[in-house]
Amino acid sequence: MLRFLTRRVLGAAVILVLISLVTYLLFFALPSDPALLSCGKNCTPSNIAQIHKNLGLDKPIIVQWWDYLIGIFGGRHLPLGNCPAPCFGLSFNNQTPVWALLKDRYPTTLSLAIGGSFIFLVVGVGLGLVSAWKQGSVFDRAASSVSLLGQSVQIYFIGPLAIYLLSYKLGWLNRGQDPSWGAHPGSSLTGLVLPCLVMSVIFWSNYSRQTRSLMVEQLSEEHVRTARAKGMGSRYVFLRYALRGAMGPIITIFGIDLGSVFGGAIITEATFGLHGLGNLAVSAVTQQDLPLEMGVMLIGATSIVIFNIIVDACYALIDPRIRLA
Amino acid sequence: MTTVTKPDPAPKDPVSTDPFLSVRDLYVRFATEDGTVKAVDGLSFDLERGETLGIVGESGSGKSVTNLAILGLHNPRNTTIAGEIMLDGQELTGASNRTLERLRGNKMAMIFQDSLTALSPYYTVGRQIAEPFMKHTGASKREGRARAIEMLARVGIPQPQTRVDDFPHQFSGGMRQRAMIALALVCDPELVIADEPTTALDVTVQAQILDLLKDLQQETGTSIILITHDLGVIANTADKVVVMYAGRAVERGTTREILKAPEHPYAWGLLSSIPRLTADVDVPLSPIPGTPPSLLNPPSGCPFHPRCAFVEKVGGDRCSTERPQLPDGRGSACHLTTEQKRDIFIEQIQPRLR
Repeated sequence: MLRFLTRRVLGAAVILVLISLVTYLLFFALPSDPALLSCGKNCTPSNIAQIHKNLGLDKPIIVQWWDYLIGIFGGRHLPLGNCPAPCFGLSFNNQTPVWALLKDRYPTTLSLAIGGSFIFLVVGVGLGLVSAWKQGSVFDRAASSVSLLGQSVQIYFIGPLAIYLLSYKLGWLNRGQDPSWGAHPGSSLTGLVLPCLVMSVIFWSNYSRQTRSLMVEQLSEEHVRTARAKGMGSRYVFLRYALRGAMGPIITIFGIDLGSVFGGAIITEATFGLHGLGNLAVSAVTQQDLPLEMGVMLIGATSIVIFNIIVDACYALIDPRIRLA
Repeated sequence: MTTVTKPDPAPKDPVSTDPFLSVRDLYVRFATEDGTVKAVDGLSFDLERGETLGIVGESGSGKSVTNLAILGLHNPRNTTIAGEIMLDGQELTGASNRTLERLRGNKMAMIFQDSLTALSPYYTVGRQIAEPFMKHTGASKREGRARAIEMLARVGIPQPQTRVDDFPHQFSGGMRQRAMIALALVCDPELVIADEPTTALDVTVQAQILDLLKDLQQETGTSIILITHDLGVIANTADKVVVMYAGRAVERGTTREILKAPEHPYAWGLLSSIPRLTADVDVPLSPIPGTPPSLLNPPSGCPFHPRCAFVEKVGGDRCSTERPQLPDGRGSACHLTTEQKRDIFIEQIQPRLR
């Protein structure tokens, strides 16, 4: 297990370094100059040169990238201010350290991701299990229709609809707000229910369909038939034998989805006016704020990579045929 | 492989007159998108205690389907089962799921063909063997484990104390099949259905597994149904044989009768297609021409007539219009007369078998 983790973490580090390099190169492949954005109306070439120097854009790209990479571990002193240890640079926009911005936004993303993924896993897998248990029943058919619907609607459609119905008309739920767990844990929780619910809808349809088909497939496996031939009860066979076999693929897609929701949910955040990483990513891109873009990108990539490692480790726990090395 | 050394028939219980297992007019039908598959079409056979019945036939002749029906393992959603299956005086076709669950793995057990797919990859061999024992006897985990070790030792697995915690993929093919047998026998079932138990194994391992089954049968007096397409396996193990074709029994008799004086053209075909070590290398094998019929739409009359070389000997269109009946006891479902069958076998078939 230790060997597996070391190997995977090292591999992940290499991937992240490569991602940062590619992002850097792509940023400079853009035809526009970020200095122009902060230059104002009376822009002269010397102004631009000064801004370039302040932002660190005057050095060769590869040197900039290297400085950036070193800074993440050691911190940097930049012309526009100090940037302590996990230094992802200073935002071009307002010279605050990117790390501080990320830290500020992460609780929203984290809460949304944990809440949303919990809901879509439980609801999706639950629906899929019941559908597989009662194949061909009214419930099964209704669930598959709803799943199809859930997969085809968009958050920006059901989001406002849910706000209108559940929040304004019925008053059951808050319309969604950024959590501040330290100050108001109660309202943080209620403010997240609606966004989590809406975000999960597009995911759980996928899970219910996947779970159902995996279970149907597993139920026709020979080892499941053997378990029945041993006289084991049908519920026992369903949960211990068939579900066990279906768990691997479910966890794999869960790991991928988890990585992506931890990287920020742009549309959900926009729909509910939340300020998470997704929102930050959008402003970074529109303002051509390289350090901010890099920060959001790396956080997202790190999340995906970490959850992939966790998924692989889980896989080995589920399936004894897989050995970690 | 073809030597016929048959053990004496097991002593029968003189008191009970009903056979231990009796299958009467069994019909198994599957509803599919293309129509109804008549997988088993009016099958009857009996099995006494301590006896081994071989069921032979090509793939798709309804051998496995019959036996899954005995255990009640068909999906009730698309399967209709009619007829009578009496196990020790208990009717099984209409039995509730709960009744069947109590019998399965306990009074009747099944050994499946491919132990790699038939054992769950997710649980240790020991756990999979102990499970039915714990369920049917109410034993504790510790007792279940002890029983699993005992069973592994009985089927000849070395170091059962450590092997009990292995997963199926850590076993070799032969050992896995032994574990499969241990699993089936863990509750001392009175009926064991072995569905091609040796098909996936090396020839040397096949012989070991068959010996093991025979030994275990002698110890416990279980009745065995041995499903196979390999007449060599039948020759060594079975007391009685039912030859199945297209979901029906076409011939019935003792193993000796079936192997030495088969009556049905299909049985002749099966016998002629066995490769023999002593045969002349220049004489080609004579497989049965054609393929097994689709059970969606089986041929009219005798289902074997499209592949049968002796249709004209019967004369007329009897073979394609009239379904031949299988007499009780020794006999075959064929329109040829007894004399014709005997003559054809002696003149045309037997020379090929040498």
